[in-house]
Amino acid sequence: MSKKTLMAGNIAIAEGAILAGCQAYFGYPITPQNEILEHMSKRMPEEGRVFVQTESELAAINMVFGAAAAGCRAMTSTSSPGFSLEQEGISYMSGAELPGVIVNVMRGGPGLGNIGGAQGDYFQATKGGGHGDYRVINLAPASVQEMIDLTMLAFELADKYRNPVVVLPDGFLGQAMEPVVMREPVTELPSKPWAITGAVGRPKNIINSFEMDPVNYRPRVELLLRKFDEIRRNEVRYEGINLDDASLVIVAYGSASRSALTAMNMARQKGLLVGLLRPISLFPFPYQALSNLAQKVVDFLVAELSCGQLIEDVKLAVGLDKRVELVNQYGGVPLLAEEILDAIEKLIKQPAGR
Amino acid sequence: MTELETSELDTALYHRPESLEDYPFHFCPGCGHGIVFRLIAEVVDELKIRERAVCVASIGCSVTSYHYFNFDGLESAHGRAPAVATAIKRCHPHLIPFTYQGDGDLASIGTAEIVHACARGENITTIFINNAIYGMTGGQMAPTTLVGMYSTSTPGGRKPSLAGYPIRVCEMLSSLDGPAYIARVSVHNPAAVRKAKQAIKLAFRTQLANLGMSLVEVLSPCPTNWRVEPVEALKWLVKHMLPQYPLGEYKLIEAVAALKKEVGRA
Repeated sequence: MSKKTLMAGNIAIAEGAILAGCQAYFGYPITPQNEILEHMSKRMPEEGRVFVQTESELAAINMVFGAAAAGCRAMTSTSSPGFSLEQEGISYMSGAELPGVIVNVMRGGPGLGNIGGAQGDYFQATKGGGHGDYRVINLAPASVQEMIDLTMLAFELADKYRNPVVVLPDGFLGQAMEPVVMREPVTELPSKPWAITGAVGRPKNIINSFEMDPVNYRPRVELLLRKFDEIRRNEVRYEGINLDDASLVIVAYGSASRSALTAMNMARQKGLLVGLLRPISLFPFPYQALSNLAQKVVDFLVAELSCGQLIEDVKLAVGLDKRVELVNQYGGVPLLAEEILDAIEKLIKQPAGR
Repeated sequence: MTELETSELDTALYHRPESLEDYPFHFCPGCGHGIVFRLIAEVVDELKIRERAVCVASIGCSVTSYHYFNFDGLESAHGRAPAVATAIKRCHPHLIPFTYQGDGDLASIGTAEIVHACARGENITTIFINNAIYGMTGGQMAPTTLVGMYSTSTPGGRKPSLAGYPIRVCEMLSSLDGPAYIARVSVHNPAAVRKAKQAIKLAFRTQLANLGMSLVEVLSPCPTNWRVEPVEALKWLVKHMLPQYPLGEYKLIEAVAALKKEVGRA
């Protein structure tokens, strides 16, 4: 049996990256994820890998761009205001087909907001975030164990699709401490014949996203669109609990899903048929799973740490004729299981149909 | 020159550097970029680093640099080339990345990146083209536009009361401890071009010797956006740009000075 270690969420992300073979880390301090930067400043040199504390998040993401172009597994971590600054670079990475991992430990916003946990960056993270027609894969951990596992998966998917992958925990998870099982380190990294490694015995390699010839305008985008469709087909991940007999399904991710799980168990103890669907990949979103559920489930309750963002995707999946209600917190305040339970009971007391 | 003509000569005195592609430059007549590209290609050939060289292009007229060079290249976001080159060098220290940046890219939107690459003393090379104007976007005011100079966004000439003063990049960056070599050169006549090549070569040699950040600013004509004939542009550069941007070495650490003295190299 693997030994369990008590670990904080932010440290788990850093160690997950090292296990995944992250060769270069670049970061700029911002709360509530500073532990990742600090941990990496010690661990990366220990492993003989690259660590740079950058002058800004702009520099950090562009160093990830450079390291990725050079064929290395690279990562940066930040929190919401820094994630906004990184959107330009993420768009360039997607446009240039570069892999890379961006961790956004979300905090309260908008603006400077606060250092509490939140999920207000959902739209920004899942719908592209920067300029142009592109998407990034989003993985939303809900436990410290998943901070390790999904960070490792993020590197794998980034290389598989040559596209940025965003790991999207919230500040509460970053600070949480839980027992984790460490994984085996990745020892074999994929070969990258397209990378900038010096034109030795091969024609020169070029990494760019710029297109001068109008004939190539659309094909350039279509190349990416085909990839995003493949991602939609292959990379949907979610967890379903008590869905078989549920008449009400809570949809929640990240730390909100932890409160939702508790609320679901409390409701079950009261004899209420409540289930939970937890999206793990936010892009691609589990539309089909929710659409299938809508055939038999009466009500959906969306629990999120934002003001009606996740609920839009749920509504898109289940259709306008379903009742989909919102229970939420925002601005850096945690959502309690009791608040979700209240919403469940209120919803069940009012029959669906309008 | 056709193959027939070449075969009739005993010795080829002048040829396309291996590091320069047979690919037409898209630059306007009288532009300085083409000269600088050729100088870099010659230096890369002479130092035998074509298989290690990496051009980090920027945004502006030089965005498609990778078409002209016959070695690995990539395009970075506006102003971020020094960050991209930093990562490439840190990940693969045997590579020789250099950024090729214009004045808008380096001295305006990318000020933070160049300052901090210099402050860290990154072992990379920057070739900085200063033509005192935004070229690709059609002639707006650059951070290096001279006081009184016309641009499409300073229609009455640059007025300090409205638009401030031009930035002297070499002077500013040479106050930092990180850079090993900083020089300003020009390409307004053959003698200046020869000196420019020497500076570019010393900059690359600085990187090859792991001595730290090297930066060469090249004053370069932009006849199209200056709205003068190419020959007039060269005269304009001498008359107006040289007094504002004096040529010379602004930072030369001892180890680089020693490199420079090595016989037959620079």
